[in-house]
Amino acid sequence: MATTITKENLYKKVNLKPTEYKSDQEVRWCPGCGDHAIYNAILKTWSELGIPKEKIAVISGIGCSSRFPYYVDVYGFHTIHGRAGAISSGFKTARPDMSVWQITGDGDGLAIGGNHLIHECRRNIDLNIILFNNEIYGLTKGQYSPTSRFGQITKTSPYGTIERPFNVGQLVLGANGSFFARTIDAYIKESVEVYKAAEYHKGTSVVEVLQNCVIYNNGAHAEITNKETRKERQIWLKHGEPMIFGENNDKGLILENERLKVVKIGENGITEKDILVHDAKTDNLGLHLMLATMSYPEYPIAMGVIRDVSRPTYDELMEKQIDEIRQKSKIKTVQDLLNSGNTWEIK
Amino acid sequence: MGKICKFALEINKQSFVIKKIVILQTDINHLFEKNNKMDEKHKPTELEDVVIRFAGDSGDGMQLIGTLFSDASAHYGNDIATFPDYPAEIRAPQGTVGGVSGFTVHFGHTEVNTPGDYADLLVAMNPASLKASVKYLKPGTTIIIDIDAFTDKNLKKAGYKTSDPFKEDGLEDYNIIPVKITSLTREALKDLNLDNKAVTRSKNMFVLGMVDFMFSRPLDYTIQFFEKKFAGKPIIIEANEKALKAGFNFAESSHAIFSFKVAPAKIESGRYRNINGNTATAWGFLTAAQKAGLELFCGSYPITPATDILQELSKRRDLGVKTFQAEDEIAGISTSIGASFAGDLAITTTSGPGLALKTEAAGLAVITELPLVIVDVQRGGPSTGLPTKTEQGDLFQALYGRNGESSLAVIAALGPADAFHTAIEASRIALEHMTPVIMLTDSYIANGTQPFRIPDLDTIPEIKPPIVTEPPYQPYERIDKEKMIRGWAKVGIPGLQHRLGSLEKMAVTGTVSYVPENHERMVKERQAKVDAIANDIPEQKVEGNHDAEILIIGWGSTYGHIRRAANQLKREGIDVAYTQFKYINPLPKNTGEILKKYKQSVVFELNMGQFANYLRMKYPGFDPLQYNKVQGLPFTVQEIVDHIKSLLKK
Repeated sequence: MATTITKENLYKKVNLKPTEYKSDQEVRWCPGCGDHAIYNAILKTWSELGIPKEKIAVISGIGCSSRFPYYVDVYGFHTIHGRAGAISSGFKTARPDMSVWQITGDGDGLAIGGNHLIHECRRNIDLNIILFNNEIYGLTKGQYSPTSRFGQITKTSPYGTIERPFNVGQLVLGANGSFFARTIDAYIKESVEVYKAAEYHKGTSVVEVLQNCVIYNNGAHAEITNKETRKERQIWLKHGEPMIFGENNDKGLILENERLKVVKIGENGITEKDILVHDAKTDNLGLHLMLATMSYPEYPIAMGVIRDVSRPTYDELMEKQIDEIRQKSKIKTVQDLLNSGNTWEIK
Repeated sequence: MGKICKFALEINKQSFVIKKIVILQTDINHLFEKNNKMDEKHKPTELEDVVIRFAGDSGDGMQLIGTLFSDASAHYGNDIATFPDYPAEIRAPQGTVGGVSGFTVHFGHTEVNTPGDYADLLVAMNPASLKASVKYLKPGTTIIIDIDAFTDKNLKKAGYKTSDPFKEDGLEDYNIIPVKITSLTREALKDLNLDNKAVTRSKNMFVLGMVDFMFSRPLDYTIQFFEKKFAGKPIIIEANEKALKAGFNFAESSHAIFSFKVAPAKIESGRYRNINGNTATAWGFLTAAQKAGLELFCGSYPITPATDILQELSKRRDLGVKTFQAEDEIAGISTSIGASFAGDLAITTTSGPGLALKTEAAGLAVITELPLVIVDVQRGGPSTGLPTKTEQGDLFQALYGRNGESSLAVIAALGPADAFHTAIEASRIALEHMTPVIMLTDSYIANGTQPFRIPDLDTIPEIKPPIVTEPPYQPYERIDKEKMIRGWAKVGIPGLQHRLGSLEKMAVTGTVSYVPENHERMVKERQAKVDAIANDIPEQKVEGNHDAEILIIGWGSTYGHIRRAANQLKREGIDVAYTQFKYINPLPKNTGEILKKYKQSVVFELNMGQFANYLRMKYPGFDPLQYNKVQGLPFTVQEIVDHIKSLLKK
């Protein structure tokens, strides 16, 4: 009972191919949907990590992404709209030895389920939250979501939205989340690294996946993901490495007047030494927030693990508290409790 | 005195029991008249049962002395029932009627069942307390007031228009005993160098001392309480003890106050403790978890009057309980559903508005057929309604408040101590029948107390959920054809991976299915599963005279009042049968037979007739009379008695 669960003793590694994590159910996302790629990257992650199938739980809400649990041969739970976070929290608290993956989207996780998301971050329950962000409501056929662009024309905003979108990273960091990463659906290799980092992180890990909805919001992320320009418009952050990007790896970020600034190495006397080195492990929110909120065209979009801060998890503290109080308390059984305090005998 | 006797004579013609009460009153008052005969003091008058109401400002410590007096009475061997009633506001304006905090204790040497309709003794700490208590008094009864607090300013605050509140409220014939409670307490504590606030705070103990004398209660019990509660603060112990003794001695030497004795009741032998319904509910779940060999998980959001259950369980880390104070009501039930999927005995606790918020998630537990207990401590509704007051208005919400065909089990506790057994029973049904269960209690049960006979837990049967620990496993295979239940796969076992979800599932395999015939099959299977619970619950019992012409029907927390009313009617020579429902859905199998048998039936409930309508629907042709009350208050025994009499006259 007293053993602390760590990532190392959570499970005994197994050797399974990604396809062995698939269930017998036909995958029913639209052809060309970004969800297929995310699905494959997650299967690959599990395979590479060697997690036994019976030690994984996948819990989702409602929406296209939330069909995910049906397609994997693990403990799956497709729940109700917005509540995946709360249900995952209860599940993980009850069974801290399980590897829990919460699958959600921008509607499920940020609109109807927004309250649960910020409280998961605050509590730091050891969950991997994979948030598929396609900036649209797909399953209900094309209404704007909390991440749709200001002015976007959708079925419920025929004259353009008059709402400002959430930046997922800003929301997570605002709730003092301990882990935030961003990736792109089709980038399998990079995504696997990000999902692995999420699983290694002890606490609530939020991964925003920029996902393309081919039917209702095709090309939503194209300005960032286009083959021709992507190296100029994305910066892949790695802990301990300089923040360098660009077609020729010659651009970088520096701090100037307390703001981030894009500079070119070799110009104006800038050398690689001047470029900021990414520290994902610092508790200081300031730079993480600046990185998470960088937007095109002023900045490249920050990708990879932006924040990865170590702090005790809710589920771990719960177990610890139970152990401590158990040892101290005079009440060892329910019968002890019933007999405790003020009682009297009637003969 | 003359007026009271005349009143008594008038009432005598109507009923024997009222006569008894009034005679009891006249006895008390008679003794007060002979107040110079000291020997009466040493021979306390024997009484059957007594109701005391303590009333003061919400900061006056009435709840504390009420509890201490009740505990001392229970120790002495009386049967007791108590009911606190306090304002919804934490610190309501001082001195106003809205800020009055009351505590009623009923103790007797026979079964008392209820906290009592009307008080034999009122202690009123200020004019507002008097005003707020007038409607709870027996005619001509004794009222002790703190005369120090009856200033013009306080009278005005309480809404009195003159300086004679007794005349204004028609209490002139009552036995008013004015005592300078505040100044006498101050006098008693003058050597202790306490600040004014600490002194005033001790005046409740002066009151308790007086009442202890009046009902021949030894002080040791209370003094022991001080020593425990204020360990390490000798000055506080001394102040409380001094005030207590001063009150006792004052009453003993006063010529206006006499002492009475209520002999111990004949109670089943065993070890007892006093318990309120919320604590009993919490402890019932602890017991159920132990009996099922499972961990207990409670996901919940604070809401009056249910919060105490979460609070009580959160103390129990020593028993491995995981309480999760969620961010909202929906997260409360949702975390519990997650824990149920993970294999815990999962519960969530709430009150009416919270149950409304949990509705959709309750439907998820229905379709996934996961065990879950939802406790609804009912309060006055709709909406925020009357947060601290009692009502039985959530019955339909519990039965029908979900989308689609979504039957689940509903069970109601019959009283504070019974909440313990009901929580075990709700857990047993949830776990053994793989279904969500709504357990209904209410504010009256939650805060009311009763002596609770501590059970030997070895005598409580094991709970056996259909846990599947090895493959093969089909999530929706009905592994018990009689109960129609599916198996509950243990988490973390190779080969037991499976998918649950809110979409309709194919029978047996549990894959998503939109097949029309399959949906109908699954709806029917889920219904049959809930209906089959009827084979696994006791038959409905009829009490009183089975051959009577009239049947009183109640459900849940009204049991004590109905039972006492039936007993009172019997003493007056009127036979009634009565039956109290604990199992609401499904109803016990013999319900129809019982309902057919009686010439006349009347359903008493604290709503507009939900249970009566439910019975009409379940048993077409059965059309009971109704007696309904929606004042945020329990029934009084007297109104039940009077109503039955009025029906029999017709």
